[in-house]
Amino acid sequence: MRRIPLPVLAAAALVLVTLALALVFFVVPNDADQGFSQRIFYFHVSIAFTAYLCFGAGAWKALRHLWKRDPRADLESYVAVHQGVIFGVLVLLTGSIWAKISWGHWWVWSENQLVLFLVLFLFYAAYFMLRFSVDPGPQRANISAVYALFGVVLVPVSFLAIRLSQSLIHPQVFTRHGPNFGGWILAAYIVSQVAVLVLAYTLYRVELAGKLLDLRLRELRLA
Amino acid sequence: MNYLSDVGALTRKDLLLQLRARDTLPAMLLFVAAVFVVFHFSLPAGSSRLAASGLLWVAIVFTALLALGRAFVPEREQRTLDALVLAPCDRSAIWLAKSLATLAFLVAAEIVALPLFELFFHGLHGSTVAGVALADLGICAVGTFVGATAVVTRARELLLPLLFLPLAIPLIIGGVGASVVHGPGRYLGFLALYDLLFALLCWAAFEYVVVE
Repeated sequence: MRRIPLPVLAAAALVLVTLALALVFFVVPNDADQGFSQRIFYFHVSIAFTAYLCFGAGAWKALRHLWKRDPRADLESYVAVHQGVIFGVLVLLTGSIWAKISWGHWWVWSENQLVLFLVLFLFYAAYFMLRFSVDPGPQRANISAVYALFGVVLVPVSFLAIRLSQSLIHPQVFTRHGPNFGGWILAAYIVSQVAVLVLAYTLYRVELAGKLLDLRLRELRLA
Repeated sequence: MNYLSDVGALTRKDLLLQLRARDTLPAMLLFVAAVFVVFHFSLPAGSSRLAASGLLWVAIVFTALLALGRAFVPEREQRTLDALVLAPCDRSAIWLAKSLATLAFLVAAEIVALPLFELFFHGLHGSTVAGVALADLGICAVGTFVGATAVVTRARELLLPLLFLPLAIPLIIGGVGASVVHGPGRYLGFLALYDLLFALLCWAAFEYVVVE
């Protein structure tokens, strides 16, 4: 399969993100309930979905490493998880901003997705500590791969647990039934979603290219 | 049958080593008692009984961390992990045996800790005990796996809690839920699901963690 060249990807990401920003800020009407601040959601939700996809891709590459012994899968898995963590931090930041504006607090435990991302952030931060605490080689690749797989099991399990804990510790007060999803709102969401996905894929490719170059350089130095 | 006898022999070895050394279990008991006293003074007077039920789970997880941190120490100090890997048995048997041995110590510690909790805080129910029993399985399965991983890294003990606690959060949620609500069925079911899911994953993935 031929890959799309990086400059094309980067240009597409730039155009799409600009278009998404224009749609979100100038075209979409204000939310009846939450007003201007609701606009952060087009990015917040898109980024969250992208982060999940990155973690999923990391686990998929990890599985390919363990199963098919694909030599590049380890690096690809690591880069995907790395992008996932970057987007995960953005989810926490955008979620925090939204919580501050809506409820006056920078952090609310009643928002399931935010709590889940905090757990995932802790888990994947430990993934990096683990990875950089083992010397490069087959063992590091195996351990990293197994942890990436643990991550995709942890996501649904934690989600279920956090849903359960909501009914226990916090009454479900805030529901997210905002405006009816249609017209420009849907279009803006789809464009933002595609823009963030293309941006994430571009960043993934850039980082991967850099890492591969670094590896090649090291091999040449040793040769 | 062969697999089971391998697991049996390895479990016996782990139990025997720990019993001879006589350090883990007394340490766990002292630790959990000390933690209870610390909790008593950390809870302001008049705080709800539910708060103490929640803190019980903090005590259990940290006591388990103590045992998990020690689980692979003999293997490292005497460099027997390589020998275990070379032994003609399935590698998952090493994980299963180590989990069972850790479970034995954790249960032994809880047999003292739970009555002590009742004595100090008066909040122990049948559902709490059921929750603790189910959570123990998950703690030992995941914790042993993480312990085996941590021991091959440079950071060793430093890494164990960092890897273990995010994975243990669902267990805490299930356990606290089972301890404080009236119909704990959902939470106990969730704990059982966690145990099953992660035990299978650890069992299948362990051979990739230990390599010669």
